Parts: sequence; C-alpha cells; structure tokens
Amino acid sequence: MTCLANFAGLFPGRQTPLRPVGPQALHIEHTLVLVFAITTIVYLIVMAVLTVGVVRARTKEPLPVPLTPDPSTERRASWAVGIALGITTLLLFIMLIDSFRTSHQTAVLAAQPAMKINVYGHMWWWEVEYPMDEEPYRMVRTANEIHIPVGAVVDIHGTSRDVIHSFWAPNIHGKKDLLPGYQNDLTLRVDEPGTWRGQCAEFCGLQHAHMAFDIVAQSRKDFDKWYVQQLTASAEPTTSEAAHGREVFLTHTCVMCHTVRGTSANSHVGPDLTHVASRSMIAAGTLKNNRGNLTGWVANAQSIKPGCRMPPNPMPASDLNDLITYLESLK
Amino acid sequence: MSEQRAVMRLEPVLPEKEQARAAQLAEVWKEPPGFIGWFKAIHHTTIGKRFILTAFAFFLAAGLLAGAMRLQLAFPESHLMSPDLYNQIFTMHGSTMMFLFAVPMMFEALSVYLVPLMLGTRQIAFPRLNAYSYYLYLFGGLMLFAFFFVNSGPDRGWFAYVPLSGPDYGPGKRADIWAQLITFTEVSALCVAVEVVVTTFKLRAPGMSLNRIPIFVWGQVVTAFMVIFAMPGVVVASTMLLLDRTCGTQFFNPAVGGDVLLFQHLFWWFGHPEVYIIFIPGTVIVSTVLSTFCRRHMFGYLAVILSLIATGFIAFGLWVHHMFATGIPQMSESFFTAASMMIAIPTGTQIFCWIATITTGKVVLKTPMWWVLGFFFVFIIGGMTGIYVASVPVDLQVHDTYFIVAHFHYVLIGGAVFPLFAAFAYWFPKMTGRMMSEKLGLWSFWLFTIGFNVTFFPMHIVGLRGMPRRVYTYPAGAGWTVLNQIESLGYLFLFAGVAMFLVNVWRSLKRGELAGPNPWQAGGLEWAVPSPPPAYNFLNLPTVNGSEPLWDAAPDQPIVTGLKEDVREVLTTRILDAEPEGRDEMPAPSIWPFLAAVATTALFIGSIFRPIAVSIGAIPLGITLIAWFWPTREESERRRKQDIWQTE
Repeated sequence: MTCLANFAGLFPGRQTPLRPVGPQALHIEHTLVLVFAITTIVYLIVMAVLTVGVVRARTKEPLPVPLTPDPSTERRASWAVGIALGITTLLLFIMLIDSFRTSHQTAVLAAQPAMKINVYGHMWWWEVEYPMDEEPYRMVRTANEIHIPVGAVVDIHGTSRDVIHSFWAPNIHGKKDLLPGYQNDLTLRVDEPGTWRGQCAEFCGLQHAHMAFDIVAQSRKDFDKWYVQQLTASAEPTTSEAAHGREVFLTHTCVMCHTVRGTSANSHVGPDLTHVASRSMIAAGTLKNNRGNLTGWVANAQSIKPGCRMPPNPMPASDLNDLITYLESLK
Repeated sequence: MSEQRAVMRLEPVLPEKEQARAAQLAEVWKEPPGFIGWFKAIHHTTIGKRFILTAFAFFLAAGLLAGAMRLQLAFPESHLMSPDLYNQIFTMHGSTMMFLFAVPMMFEALSVYLVPLMLGTRQIAFPRLNAYSYYLYLFGGLMLFAFFFVNSGPDRGWFAYVPLSGPDYGPGKRADIWAQLITFTEVSALCVAVEVVVTTFKLRAPGMSLNRIPIFVWGQVVTAFMVIFAMPGVVVASTMLLLDRTCGTQFFNPAVGGDVLLFQHLFWWFGHPEVYIIFIPGTVIVSTVLSTFCRRHMFGYLAVILSLIATGFIAFGLWVHHMFATGIPQMSESFFTAASMMIAIPTGTQIFCWIATITTGKVVLKTPMWWVLGFFFVFIIGGMTGIYVASVPVDLQVHDTYFIVAHFHYVLIGGAVFPLFAAFAYWFPKMTGRMMSEKLGLWSFWLFTIGFNVTFFPMHIVGLRGMPRRVYTYPAGAGWTVLNQIESLGYLFLFAGVAMFLVNVWRSLKRGELAGPNPWQAGGLEWAVPSPPPAYNFLNLPTVNGSEPLWDAAPDQPIVTGLKEDVREVLTTRILDAEPEGRDEMPAPSIWPFLAAVATTALFIGSIFRPIAVSIGAIPLGITLIAWFWPTREESERRRKQDIWQTE
C-alpha cells in the first residue's frame, strides 16, 4: 500500500483506485503501477531516441536528392528494430503475466464464505438488500448506502431493474456492470474503516451524473448495531407535527412509490424510507441529508435532479414542514 | 542521379502533338458544366475533394460541440445546460467525429482522391457508385444535424447501448435517427471499400507489382477489407435496434428472452476494428510523409506492409476489451487481454521502422514533418495507455472514466488528426496547385499540440481520481474542478490552432506560391501529374519500377500507349504483378447516382417513422437504379467490338 506514497498527494479522496482500502484494489493498483512504470520508461526512451535521431539527421538543405540506402546501415538498423521488437514483446509478456496474476488474486476471494448483499441498479439510484435473515419479510432493504463490516468478505449480487448500470467503488474493487437479465457477482473486502464513495460508471440516461453510493465500512459491533436497527419497523411519531407529517405522507403521492415499514406505504418503485434519516446522503449521493436539502428535494426534485422519477410535490408549507419532520424522525 | 530524373519529369514541355492529345483527353474526361452538371460529376478528384470538404466541415461542427461540453464542465454542478441537452451534445460529438469525420475523412475522402493518382490510373473503379456513396454520406450527415437542430438529436451515446436506446427507455425518434445515421454512413463506407479494393487490384500502372504498391495504398486496402468485414456487424446491430423500436421485435428485451449483451458484441465487433479503420490511414500517411521528408525509401517496406495486414487481422480479436466489466468469464477475458497486448507488436514494428527511417535519412523539417513528429509524441502516449485498457484488472478501474476519454483522444487525435494535418500540408499543393504558408502552418501546429495536451492530459489524472465519463456535471468537492478548468482552457488553444489552419488555407488559396507538379521532390506517382491534376490525371499512363516510382524510374522508363483517347478508357492489369490485361471503359457522368441517393435517403428517413417506407421507398429507388445502369447504344457497340478484339 505504500508503493504509491508519492502519488498520495495527487490522488486523494474516497473515490480513486490509487488509494486502495481492500485487497482487490490493492492488487490492481500494483499492476497499474507496474504498467505505469514500464510504459513511462519505454515512452521516454523512444522519445529520446526519436529526438536524437531527428536532431542528428536533420539537414538544412531544402530538399536533398533521395538517398540510396547503404546496405551496412540498413543491416544495423534492421538489427536495432529487431532487438527493440524483442524487448517490446518481452515487456508485453511481463505485463500480460502480471495482469493474469492480478486477475487470479482478485478472484480468489470469491472462494471464501461471504456475506451476501443484493444490489439493484435503478434509474438513478441503488437499491440494497441484505438477505441474511431467514425470514424474507425481515430482510433489510435500504438505498444508496451499503454498510459492511471491516474485514468481512462480502458478495455483491448485482443486477438491474431497468437499463445497464455499472457498480464501481474504486477504492475497493474494479467495476462490474449491472445488466437486466443477468446477475453479476462482485466479491470484495474492505480493510479500512471509513465511508468510500462509488458511482455508476455506465451511461444510463439523464441523471447518470447523479447516481452515487457510499460503502460504509464499520467495525463488526457497529455494523451489527446498524443492522438490528434497520430490521426494526419505522419509528412511531412522538410529536404532533410528526404524526401530522405521517398523515401527509400517507395521503400524498409518496405512497405510490415508497415503503415505510410499519405503515401502509409499501411500494418499491422508489427507495425504502423506513430508516431514511439514518442515511447520510439523499438522492443517490447528490445532497447531504439535512432538513433544508430534504425539504427542497421533496418540494421539487426536478430542479435538483432534472429528469429523475421523483415528481414535484406542491403542498402547503405547514404540511411540507411536518412531512419533513416525520421523515427526519425515521432514524 | 535520381534528382535529375525527378526534375526531368517535373517540367514536361509538351510538344504540339502532345498538347492536342491533352486537349482531347481533357474534353473526353471533363465534368459536365453548369448547375445540373455539378450533380452529375463523377471524377474521383471531384468527389474526393467534396468528401474532404464535407468531412472537414463535420469535424469543425463536432469540434464546436466539444467546446459546448467543455463550457458546461468548466464549473461543478453547472446549470448552463440541461442533462438532456448535454446528452444530445456528447452523443452528437461522438457520432459525428466517428461516423461523419474520422472514417469518411481518413478512409473514404483520402483514398478516393489519392489512390487512383498513386496507382497511375485515370479514374477510380465504379465512379458512379463513388458519387452515390458521397451523396449518401452527405445526406446522412445533414439528416443528423437537421434533427439535432429541432431538438431530436440522438442522446444515447455514440454506442447507443440497449436497453437505454430500446423502445422502453428511449422515447421519441432519437435512437432511430442514430440507427439510420449508421446505415447511411456504413453503406457509403462499404461502397468506397469495394471501389478501393477493385481499383488497387485491377487498375494499377504496369509494373506496380504487389511489392511496389505505395504504403499509403496498402494501408487503404487493408482498411477497405476491414470496413467490409466490420461494418456489417454494426449495420446488423442498428437494424435490429430499429426493428425492436419500430416493428416490435424483441431482440434485446431480456423480459422475453432477448439479450442486452448481444448488441454490445455486435457493436464492438465493428467498434474496435473501427479504431484501426481510422488509425491505419493515419499510419500510412506518416509512412508517406516520412519517406519524402527523410529523403529515402521507407525503412522496412515489407515489415510495414505485413504489420498493417497483421493489425487488420488482430483488430478483430479485441472487441471484448470494451466489455470486461460485463461479467464475461475470466478465461475468455484473458484471451482478449492477450490479443489486445499482441496488437502492440505490429504497431511497435511500424514505430521502430519509422524511427529507423528518420535516423538513417536526411530529415527536412517542413510543416508536414512537424505534424508527424507531433504524431509520435502524442500517439505513443495513447498507445501506452492502451496497455492499461488491455489488462483486465486495470481496465476494470479505468474503464468508463475520464482516463479512457484521455486515452482514446490521444489515440484518435494523435493517430488520425495529427497525420491528417500532415496530409493536408503535404497534399494541399497537389489538390490546389498552391503551397501553404510554412509560418502559419507552424503556428497552427504548435497551438494545436499545446492545446491538445493541455486539454487531454489532465483527463488521465481526473479519471484516476474517479471521475466517470458521460456525466453532465460533477460535485464540487470531488477534487475534479481545477483539472476540468485546465481542460476547458486548453480547448481555447485547440480552437486557435484549427482557426489558424483555416486562415492558412484561405490565404494560401489566394496568394500561395505556385507549387508545380512536385514541390516536395517526392517519389509517388501522384506527383507526376500537374497540380491540380487535370480531369484525365495522366497524359501518358506511367509504368513503375519501384515502390517510389518517380525516384526509382529508369532514365528511359516506358509509358503506356494504345488506349483509346476519344472515350474514357483505362488500362486494367493483373492482381499480382500488374501486367497489362485489358482495357475498360469508364462510365460517363450521370445524374442518376445523385437521384438514387435521394431515393435511398427518402427510404432510410421514412423507415424511421413507418416500416412500410422500406417497401414504398424501394420503388423510386428501383427506378433510379434502372436508369443509372441503362446502357447507351454507342457504349454497348464499342464494348462489343472491344470484346471481339480482346478475344481474337
């Protein structure tokens, strides 16, 4: 992980393959660095030879008589070309074998027992399911935020509910397309606690730019706590505003698309909102989850993410206010 | 000694008898005059020039669209453009650059203009088909932009993956327009491919055996074969898409057993060779310019030709490296990794042969040579980043990020546009009779080269910082803003470089120094004819003694005599050794290819809206084709007599 210490300044952040936090991204980074080193050195040598060649062969004459090739020079040049080609082939083989080795190393993780998570790509958000519990109705379902325990092997089963998307969290692993009609698996492990960002990498229409997710790697204890919390049904409103907000929620178009477990809202077109307040971002990584953003989003999502499936929701300010209060209570 | 010969051929002083012949040939081969005559023209230099101008106009249009994208991406979370408009613009940019600029310019335009001249013949094979292919291409491009201006431009990317472009997720007619643009340009490219192959194999000057064909022509022949094998893949894909959208077929609908990956396989079966269809003409321009400005035959002629052919074959074994992330089994991915790396070997061979040509030659640094040096500097970076893409694990990280945007612009602008500007500077005197300004040429070269690197180099970094492609905007805090702003700044230099080139063209057309037939003292046959070439190209059809015919000519190099000069007759030769075989009469100018193209256009555009348009449109198309091939009495009479003469 230290071999790219010099790159650390240039590639900061939680969405780059050059700051690996899992074994696969680390292996890939090694290959990337090898390819970078070889190609850079070769490039510099070729450019140096070319420059020296041009400078030495340059003539000031306007257009000299075409040369008659000198056999001994031609023979020497043939040898040089042959040797250069031999070296090229050798270097290609080195990179090829290293590439195969890395492919193998990133695949071995899949042989270990793993925790399963289903990820479904939607236009333009990510549905996440934890089918760990035996009873299906107790399955955890969330959106755009994947919690995993640090050090655990996780098997992501990915597919799409509409068009092709691509699941990519570069600090952890390379990308995998989510295709309608196919299931693609991606096995990964995160060794460093933190929140790592991922983004859709296959063009999927209007809001391809706003289709991000977070992978939250936390200690086993924190993860279990989160998981148990997510299993519970939605919190009952404790204030009159929140109670009114729930009524607004259940009597407006919200229920056409969203689920809040513990209420009659039970549709799967949009993200499950049972614990929406526990998530750090809304609108697939577009906005921080705070009261102002949530209000703006509910009132008119189209001004934030034009073309998204969430319609504008005109309603009296007091209703909107209570609705947000209710949503914020869904920890 | 060669110089003497070159000079001797440079200024042919025509005796009176020759002048009379020239006048007669000019009369026989001339294009019809007047406004209607413009649509009847079929000579390859006329059509070639139209191809070049049209393709360059599309290059400028797509370049302006790129400017719009750079403006949008100069600021994070920018609301300058709606995502809908941005998606149309990036799709238009990609589709125009690939289908209306790169392939038509590098392959069709250059080969239509130059191949017959380089082979020493008077006309391209199937000249009416050639005119037809030009009009089809022009109409396809005009259709695309017409729909774009009424807010119906394709918006699914130049690759139009299903199901995003399918009936369920691609409302309106946008994806159908994309699919028909493909049909237009591919039919046009296929026509030209056939012409280039037949011209090269049947119409070469006597003595131009396979091992003396100019490298440029070899490259275009390899490209033509690649077009013939690759294009059907994308035509099938786009037609199946159109059928899914307009006729209710379900090729790509997974819900009823269709397959979304099928489209990708078909598309990339074409899409990867496409890159080499664009790049091979670039490499052979480099070879041609290098041998002239290094004042020697290309080092390793045979190795270079074999590399071109090898590239043509291997290019068909690479397509899956565009699909490494789709979940294809690891073993099969490994084959494609190996093939993708293997193609570096023929390309490397060419690069080493070029460097050997330079180091063993006498380098004359004129504008075309500067563009070739720029090509080395830029393209090899693109070649090196190609290794990242070939390696499955690394590709899984860089695929569909700005790293790829950087990679393929280094490959395509480096591998095609730099050589193209070299070609313009090199052949401009041939096409117009006037030299371009060296000073303005160098200005545009440096502005373009600096602008290119400022625009595209930071994309490598921003891609490795995690920025995906095809996003209409990006968050402010991701560390991408400054790099994007540098890229947008670089666009201004690119713009200035191209503008400088246009100024140069304009001024040179008016005030450029007169070029004469062979201003570079080059060895190719195209330099044996006056600049610009007369309608009959060659007064005396040449014979050939080497791969650089003017340099290799013997002092008493014979010429071809005995062709009829009161009709459009050309000499046909045998495939391997180009021994004279017979005479063939070329068709006369005709309005029918143009009208057939109009009928085809109506059919194609109609089929976007109603499937029945294919059946109805076939009627006018059939009529125009019958008229096109309707023989004249005199022509049939002449052909009959000639056939008798030949079999005697």
